[in-house]
Amino acid sequence: MNKILLIIKREYLSRVRKKSFIIMTIVGPILMAALMIVPVVINQMEDNEEKIIAVLDSSHIFFNKIPDSEFLKFKYLEDNSLENARKQFKESNYYAVLFIPHIVSYASGSVQLYSSKQPTLSVKQHISNSLEKELERQKLRASGIDENILESVKSNVSLKTFKWTDEGKEEETSTELKMAVGFISGFLIYIFIFLYGAMVMRGVIEEKTSRIVEIIVSSVRPFQLMMGKVVGVAMVGLTQFLLWVILTFTIVNITQTMFFSVDASKLKIENTENYFANSSNIQNENTVKSENFDEIKDMFATIKNIDFGLIISMFIFYFIGGYLLYSSLFAAVGAAVDSEADTQQFMLPITIPLIVAFIVAQNVVNNHDGALSFWFSIIPFTSPIVMLVRIPFGVPAWEVGLSMFLLILTFIFTTWLAGKIYRTGILMYGKKVNYKELWKWIKYNN
Amino acid sequence: MNQSLLEIKNVRKQFANHLALDDVSINIPEGKIFGLLGPNGAGKTTLIRIINQITAPDSGEVLLSGVKLNNSHVANIGYLPEERGLYKKMKVGEQALYLAQLKGLSKKDALKKLKYWFEKFEIQTWWNKKVEELSKGMQQKVQFIVTILHEPKLLIFDEPFSGFDPINTNLLKQEILQLKKDGATVIFSTHNMGSVEELCDNIALINKSQKILDGSLDDVRSKYKSNTYEIQFSGNFNMFQATLTSNYEILEHIPSDNLNIVKIRLLNKIPTNELISQMLPLGNISSFKEIIPGINEIFISIVEETNRLN
Repeated sequence: MNKILLIIKREYLSRVRKKSFIIMTIVGPILMAALMIVPVVINQMEDNEEKIIAVLDSSHIFFNKIPDSEFLKFKYLEDNSLENARKQFKESNYYAVLFIPHIVSYASGSVQLYSSKQPTLSVKQHISNSLEKELERQKLRASGIDENILESVKSNVSLKTFKWTDEGKEEETSTELKMAVGFISGFLIYIFIFLYGAMVMRGVIEEKTSRIVEIIVSSVRPFQLMMGKVVGVAMVGLTQFLLWVILTFTIVNITQTMFFSVDASKLKIENTENYFANSSNIQNENTVKSENFDEIKDMFATIKNIDFGLIISMFIFYFIGGYLLYSSLFAAVGAAVDSEADTQQFMLPITIPLIVAFIVAQNVVNNHDGALSFWFSIIPFTSPIVMLVRIPFGVPAWEVGLSMFLLILTFIFTTWLAGKIYRTGILMYGKKVNYKELWKWIKYNN
Repeated sequence: MNQSLLEIKNVRKQFANHLALDDVSINIPEGKIFGLLGPNGAGKTTLIRIINQITAPDSGEVLLSGVKLNNSHVANIGYLPEERGLYKKMKVGEQALYLAQLKGLSKKDALKKLKYWFEKFEIQTWWNKKVEELSKGMQQKVQFIVTILHEPKLLIFDEPFSGFDPINTNLLKQEILQLKKDGATVIFSTHNMGSVEELCDNIALINKSQKILDGSLDDVRSKYKSNTYEIQFSGNFNMFQATLTSNYEILEHIPSDNLNIVKIRLLNKIPTNELISQMLPLGNISSFKEIIPGINEIFISIVEETNRLN
């Protein structure tokens, strides 16, 4: 037992001290934080500058109908000639020229926007939305529908979902949020199993090719060496995961505080609300602003109804279970080959169930109670990923229990099986190994 | 005379396609250097791995000091495999400490002993170097220290001198002899017959999965001597030849200046004195010695013979 601890310690420290680990640990969160922050920053910077767009409205029916927004102003020109506008474009400081032709049949492409640079998506959207709206209104009026009635029929439905719990209480839920939480945790498990499984495999190959393995197995059982490596690498994985979570959170918070100059005391949620509120302001002021805002607010309101304690403990269980199941197989593959280049033929049966699980997970997000979801969250080779996706939606206890039980049984089995391949493989050199050979190794007594 | 430290009893090991060891029994006496010889693929490595409990025999057993091999014996055995290596990216000191602890030494003891050996071999400056920065010979030195550090009563060296220059080979030989003096038993597997003659007290020869010979080095050699003598004398060779009866067979004659060098085999258990008395009137005998076969010749002749029989 003491010796396993020694091995775990060595495996852990030798990896955690590596430059690549330290770099990954720092760069990972920066990248993740960048993913969250950069779109916000870009959005902020892009529209800080006031843009004036000249409108050439041939029929004069859109005069002053396109609303100005904070950074976008519209100037309606008297001279409707597109030719003149083009000639004067350079001297004028217009951002773009919008040309609306006389007969507004509005076949696609008849309204044209000219500018020296590619206009941003939000500008395009703003213009086409406004024009559509105005045209709609005019057409309705033409068919004799009163504008007041028009106002009154405008309705806005946003669906709130509630869940009746077993205790008879009502809980507000958000499907979107649960989808996100479920999918992200399933995806993380998928990535982690691959990343750290391959790390175990490379470690085994390193020991085998450097020939140190024979010295070590004269001191410890091969199974101890294998388990020490598997556990040591698992701890590296958990360390990296925790550091990523902490660092990402810190970086996002610091950057938000700096860029949005919001009081440090204000909650992160408020920041995000502000951000969404701002951006919708710019884009579709009079349409979806309030809807978006409400939905986001609701989503954050339902966060507290998601049982994060449950999700985190499930994540840890299924990560460890799934990792143990697969990493011992990775270790067996490493032991069976002489170099990393030879691993291909044995990797396939390991990667296929993982990839299948990931594909299924994308379906499960949309249909978390179907037969597909059920079976793949019970089968141990896919359950770590698929079950995690289902967990936020609530899974009957017996299903979770069965899935966990099978996962434990299976990882005991694969570890045992891998141990048999491992102890023969690590001392076997220069032999072209195939599946038949592996089967023989499994049958050896020792 | 000597008690056996290690008793290998009827060990048999079958791999999928071939029998690696077929009913092998060997006793290794305590406090001796024991040469384990045999051609490539004979089963030596399998036997060594069984002694190290890396693999287990299909049948038969191995006793260390009369006790069947078990996990606690790991601390009593030091093993330097033929195919050896270290973690390349790990620092020398850290690695030696790790391997010593795996053998059951406490960190404190290991540090103390490592300090002693590093000073003795004058390699203290290597402590914080990565293994990949050392030459192959330097790595071997570190490996040797790691093998003997926990002062095991049984040491197994598989080709310990490969990769060493003559100076370091000599240093290592002295260390091995010193270990024996301190009471350790050494199993020494090599193809270098010169070092076998130099170091070993006892040997066993394995060929084609079977033990075909064992005993003390002297016994083995005398068993294979063929009653052949080399005589140097000055005098007339033809006259000498004419006096010989059918009990003698001349194998070789090299005339040189006034001296004749003759290799002669005595048949039918003729005592050597009879030959000498016959030669006395013929000239002056300057040398008369029995030709004792080298281990190298014994090795080759036995292996070839058993291969012919099979």
